[in-house]
Amino acid sequence: MPVTTIGATQVHVDSEGFLTDYDEWSEDLARQLAANIGIELTDAHLRVLRFLREDYKEQGETPTLRRVSTVAGIPVRELFTLFPGKPAKKMAYIAGLPKPVGCV
Amino acid sequence: MRHLLVLGGGTAGTMVVNKLRRRLSRSDWRITVVDRDDLHVYQPGLLFVPFGEYQVAQIVKPRRRFLPDGVEFVPGEIDRIDADAGEVLLAGGRRLGYDYLVIATGTAPRPDQTPGMLGGQWRASVFDFYTLDGARALAEALARFDGGRLVVHLVDMPIKCPVAPLEFAFLAEARFRRLGMRDRVELSYVTPLDGAFTKPAASALLGSMLDERKITVEPDFVTERVDAERKVLVSYDEREVPFDLLVTVPLNMGADYIARSGLGDELNYVPADKHTLLSRAHANIFAIGDAADLPASKAGSSAHFQAEVFAGNFLQHAAGQPMTGAYDGHANCFLESGDGKGLLLDFNYDTEPLPGSYPVPALGPFSLLRESARNHWGKLAFRWMYWHVMLPGRPIPLLPARMSMAGKHQPRED
Repeated sequence: MPVTTIGATQVHVDSEGFLTDYDEWSEDLARQLAANIGIELTDAHLRVLRFLREDYKEQGETPTLRRVSTVAGIPVRELFTLFPGKPAKKMAYIAGLPKPVGCV
Repeated sequence: MRHLLVLGGGTAGTMVVNKLRRRLSRSDWRITVVDRDDLHVYQPGLLFVPFGEYQVAQIVKPRRRFLPDGVEFVPGEIDRIDADAGEVLLAGGRRLGYDYLVIATGTAPRPDQTPGMLGGQWRASVFDFYTLDGARALAEALARFDGGRLVVHLVDMPIKCPVAPLEFAFLAEARFRRLGMRDRVELSYVTPLDGAFTKPAASALLGSMLDERKITVEPDFVTERVDAERKVLVSYDEREVPFDLLVTVPLNMGADYIARSGLGDELNYVPADKHTLLSRAHANIFAIGDAADLPASKAGSSAHFQAEVFAGNFLQHAAGQPMTGAYDGHANCFLESGDGKGLLLDFNYDTEPLPGSYPVPALGPFSLLRESARNHWGKLAFRWMYWHVMLPGRPIPLLPARMSMAGKHQPRED
C-alpha cells in the first residue's frame, strides 16, 4: 500500500486515497482529509465521524447511510448537507475507513 | 434428550440439519425445522425466469423432501423468540422449547421500505425478480416490452446474491440484441455504490463491460422514493432517473420476528461472530446464512461454506469445548454475462475477487474474473449440484470451505 503525507503525518492509503490502517486516524488528520475535499469540519460532522469509527470497530464494515440514519439518528438528508454529493464515500474518506463496496 | 431447533428450511437451514443429523445421536438429540411453507426455491434460478429460460416449476420443490429422517418439520409462522425462556412462539400460540437455536430465516426484498415503490406502478412497470411472483410477472412484462428506458436499480446494500442485478442487466442487453431491438432500448444501471464494480481487480479487469454494452451507470444514487405517477426514481440529492420498465432490487431485510424478539440490528440481521456464527448476545443461539449480520456476501455459497464450519463447531460447543473452526468469509459465484458466457468469482473477508483458474491452478476448468462459455455451463450445472449434493450436505469435491490462493494472481499494474 502506498504511503502519503497528510499535513505532517505519514499514513497508508489505497489507490483512491482511503486510509488503510484504522489506527493511523485522528481528528486532526480528519480535518486535513476533509479540507482535501473542500469540507470544513464542524461538531455535526464530528458526531457522524465518531459514530462511523465506533461502528466500524464493532462491525468490521463501513456503515451504510441508512444505518447511520437509523442507528445514530442522523437523517439521510442531513448527511447530504454535511457531505454534499457523495456522502457515503466522503464520510468514509474523512473517517479513515474503506469506502462502501459490493462483493466485486 | 436435547433439542436443536432450526428456524428456516432454506439453503442454510437444510444443509445444517443434514450435516448434524448424521453426527448427533438420535437417542440424545431431537432436531426440528420450522418454516412458514413447504416450498424450497432454488433462488439462483430466479434470475432466469424473467427471460423464459427456467419455468417456476423447475426451481421449486417441497422443503420436506430435502430434510433427512429424524428431523421433524413444523409448518408455521414464527411470532417471536423468547431467548430468556429458551422458547419460540408460533402464530396461533404453539410454543417450541429449545436447548440450541439456529436462526436461518434469510433475508427478503422489502418494497414497502421505499416510499412510492408499492404505488400505482408495482408489478405494472415496477418489478422485482427475487421472488417467485416478481420473477414470473417480470417475464410477462419483458415479453411485452417493446423498447424504451429499462432501468436496473438497487436501493441499498447489503442484498442477497449481490451480482444478480448486474447479471440481469447483461442478460437483458444480450436478449434485446438477439431480438434485433437493442437500438430501441436505453439501458441503465442505478446503484448507491460508486460504480457497478467496486473492488480494484474487478474494476480494472471488468470495468469496461458496461461501456461495451452501452449500459449507462448511474453511481452514488441514494434512492429516496419512486414517483409512480411520473415513473421516475428520485434520489436524496434530487437527481431523477426516468423509466419505462424498472427492475428493482428493493431494500433487503431479515425477518420481522427477529425485530419483535429484540434480536436484530436495524435491518433485522442477527449480530453474530463472523468466524463462529454464534450470537453475540446468547450462547445457545447461532445465526447462519443471510440471516446473520456477517460482513460476507449474502449468498447460498457463503451459507454452504458456513455450514461446513458450523457443523464441526456445533458439536464442540454442545460438548462444552471451545469451537476451533473459523469461517473465513469465503464465497464463490458464477456471474452470467450474456451470450452463453459467464464469469466466476472466488473471495473471502480479506481477499477480493482475483483472476486465475478454479478450482485447480492453471487447469480450471473455470476461469476466475474472465468471461468464458465454460463458466456459463458451470452455472447451469450447478442447479443439479444444489439439489443433489449441496442441500443434502454432502462434501463437494475440490471445494473446501476455506478459500485458497492457489491459482489466483494479482493483476499486473500498468
